[in-house]
Amino acid sequence: MSTSSSQSAALTATGRPAPGGWVALAASQHIRLVAVWLALIVLPFVLPNNYLLSLANLAFINLILIAGLNLLMGYGGQISLSQAGFFGLGAYTSGVLNVELDVTPWLGLPAAALVAGGAAALVGIPALRLKGHYLAMATLGWNAILIVFFVQFIDLTGGPNGLLGVEPFSIFGYALDREPRVFPLVWATSFLVMLVILNFLRSRSGRALRAVATNELGADAVGIDSFRIKLVAFSLSAALAGIAGSLYVHVNMYASPETFSIATSILLIVMVAIGGAGTFWGPVLGTAIYVLLPQFLAGFEDAELLIFGAGMIVVLVAFPGGLASLPTAVARWVGRRA
Amino acid sequence: MENGSAFLQILVAGIGTGAIYALIALGFNVVFKSTGAMNFAQGEWVVMGGMISALLLGAFGSVALACLVAVVLVGAVGLLSERAVIAPLRRPTPLLITLITIGLAICSRSLVMLILGKTPVGYPGFSGGATLSVAGVAIPFQTLWIIAITLIFLVIMHLFFERTMLGKALRAAAADREAASIVGVNVGSTVLLSFGIAALVGGLAGAIITPLTLASYDQGAMFGFKGFSAAMLGGVGSLQGAVVGGIVLGLLEAFGSYYISSHFKDAIAFAILLAILFARPSGLLGRAEIVKV
Amino acid sequence: MTPILDVSDLTCQFAGVTAVDDLSFTVDRGQIKAVIGPNGAGKSTLFNMIAGVTRPTTGTISFDGSRIDALPTFRRARLGIARTFQNLQVFQEMTVLENVMVGAHTTGRAGTMSAIFATLRQQAEERDLTETAHALLTRFGLADKAQLKAGALSFGQMKVLELARALASDPSLLLLDEPAAGLPHGEADRMGEIIVDLNRNGMTVLLVEHNMRMVMSLSHDILVLNNGRRIAEGDADTVRQHPEVLAAYLGESEDA
Repeated sequence: MSTSSSQSAALTATGRPAPGGWVALAASQHIRLVAVWLALIVLPFVLPNNYLLSLANLAFINLILIAGLNLLMGYGGQISLSQAGFFGLGAYTSGVLNVELDVTPWLGLPAAALVAGGAAALVGIPALRLKGHYLAMATLGWNAILIVFFVQFIDLTGGPNGLLGVEPFSIFGYALDREPRVFPLVWATSFLVMLVILNFLRSRSGRALRAVATNELGADAVGIDSFRIKLVAFSLSAALAGIAGSLYVHVNMYASPETFSIATSILLIVMVAIGGAGTFWGPVLGTAIYVLLPQFLAGFEDAELLIFGAGMIVVLVAFPGGLASLPTAVARWVGRRA
Repeated sequence: MENGSAFLQILVAGIGTGAIYALIALGFNVVFKSTGAMNFAQGEWVVMGGMISALLLGAFGSVALACLVAVVLVGAVGLLSERAVIAPLRRPTPLLITLITIGLAICSRSLVMLILGKTPVGYPGFSGGATLSVAGVAIPFQTLWIIAITLIFLVIMHLFFERTMLGKALRAAAADREAASIVGVNVGSTVLLSFGIAALVGGLAGAIITPLTLASYDQGAMFGFKGFSAAMLGGVGSLQGAVVGGIVLGLLEAFGSYYISSHFKDAIAFAILLAILFARPSGLLGRAEIVKV
Repeated sequence: MTPILDVSDLTCQFAGVTAVDDLSFTVDRGQIKAVIGPNGAGKSTLFNMIAGVTRPTTGTISFDGSRIDALPTFRRARLGIARTFQNLQVFQEMTVLENVMVGAHTTGRAGTMSAIFATLRQQAEERDLTETAHALLTRFGLADKAQLKAGALSFGQMKVLELARALASDPSLLLLDEPAAGLPHGEADRMGEIIVDLNRNGMTVLLVEHNMRMVMSLSHDILVLNNGRRIAEGDADTVRQHPEVLAAYLGESEDA
């Protein structure tokens, strides 16, 4: 079965041989994805209160952000410091279309994706033509500009006080405005996003992206247009952030500029790293940390950033595969003992 | 005349800010040349310079002494950071080092916030709050101090890189790691040294600008980004480029914010960066070293 | 018939050094042509100019009749030029199979959109690609290593993998950068056999090499460089006895 043999090739960031044996024989990544999401469907019935369910809903939205960033950063080797900015661009696009022009969120969502993806090209085209990590700094500035726009164009965005009066998604008049109703929407959308990412990674484009990130000289030699694939990855990750933004603004029925700051963009990078950059399941772990850690640190919010920063450094220096590589590392350690 | 005096005031202010940007750009360039990485901690070192100076003022009583000690301390922070998180790396790729400096920036910013607080701090300039009256315009003495100190520092840097063995070793390692190590240059130490210099110059920038702008824990990202823009504008990696880029950026910001709009002042740096990236990636003074696809 | 590669008045100067000086030569279809010369003769610079990594200062390079000297590397690959690297640029983090599949990048048509939506056409293309890659690996004896990370292979195996990767794009010109470098005798001979076999099936090969045994035994034509200039060109016997060639190599230890 030639397709599944290439599909079950494990994608880990460490330079170890892909795990053989039962891991490789186990269900392909696609099946695992479906299985995990089916398992997650029980959350609304299992979680004891609406607050925890709201955290879960938020987690699904953040997963889209972090998985999108992981595509660019973990697999593409590019740093973007405006993932939160694109998140905001998507939120404001969808929200403003709804508030000003009565556009339904169902159209606002694709619009958000297009605007965010298109805006990415604006920054990406000049920055990615150059060899080197100029995208990192260019996106830092881009996020700053976006915040300036969100704050200054008060008539459109509501300025520092935020955008008010955004309507929720609704299906035939049935408004998705309460947590249990929101859940299927974010659950399904995040599943589709993970599926899109998986399909991309398994494709010719995905291989090209990974090749460029690994070794641009070699990628050139096999005919890959490295500029173009990096631009595609950047636009795709921004478009996904735009989708997350649309979900966010119609679930909260509100958006304010602070949510989309450089600080948030930086945190998203940290989550990608801690979860395991360049791994498929890393973003899920990163999102879990992102959403759960502040809950445990309630009362010590100021220390949160420090813990995240220190955690990221520890991961980068000592443990590049992040949390996602823990099972492999443990398995190897056990194997050596046997 | 009203317009003339406004012009002079803005000009001097622009050069003053520009000098700060030049210093930050210099620090940025030094790390970039030796590691290929974008140093996101650069801006945080600027913040530290200002905030630690304010802290030490209480102990020392003299602004100049407090600043001096603070700058040295920030330099030490740079050295320690390198030893702690850069030196241990098995494969110090530019991507990895860039990400680590992001981690450093986060830790630094939150430590500053936790230890020194969120309130912006300030202190008087080296000549107190005195201003110089020129052609009916009041120029803060501190601005003149900034320009003077920056000039002196640039001369020192130039002499260091051109005349001393250590400086030349740094340049050699930056140009070609392998070749440099073959002729006996300890490449690891040059990275250490470059972090130390970058932190020192960042701390210096922060220490001398604080009397005019106040120092606050969250300014790091902006300082860092503007320093980077200045570096790109002048031609990344070049000492003269950092100066030219810094001054030009400072002037554009000052004039843009007065004549166009102050709301979008921060956008100017970014707009410039985009323009450079689009039109002339090697910057005003750089040669076409950057390989385009 | 037009030669497959036509280099004309090619010069490369940088930092005051003239690495390649006014060089002209051709490579005919179906030939194995070797470029040799002492260290510093300009072989690598020449190679890099043909591959697209270095820009010539003056002169032209034509492939199959059209100019390529202004094209970036990846466009040359799309025209049918494939190369290997002396220092190996294998994709270490990707599996052996994926390395070969990436090699076939230019043969694919499926873009990002069809990938994301996993269209039937894209899936069919993936299956074909996987089979082609598997076939190449089998041909080169690496099939059992298909799922290993490329970084886990031995040096000799990686050299073979790079060759397989280069062939995956179905090129018409193969540029080999010191294919025998770093290989023990047995493996170097095996590499030579592979090259001859490829050529017998129609592949044109241009190689830079220090291993004289390999060069003399399998090249149809040899170009000898010294100080960036041609000092001899011809078949093995001509070159072997050429006085200037002997003079240039005097003092150089030969890989006999």
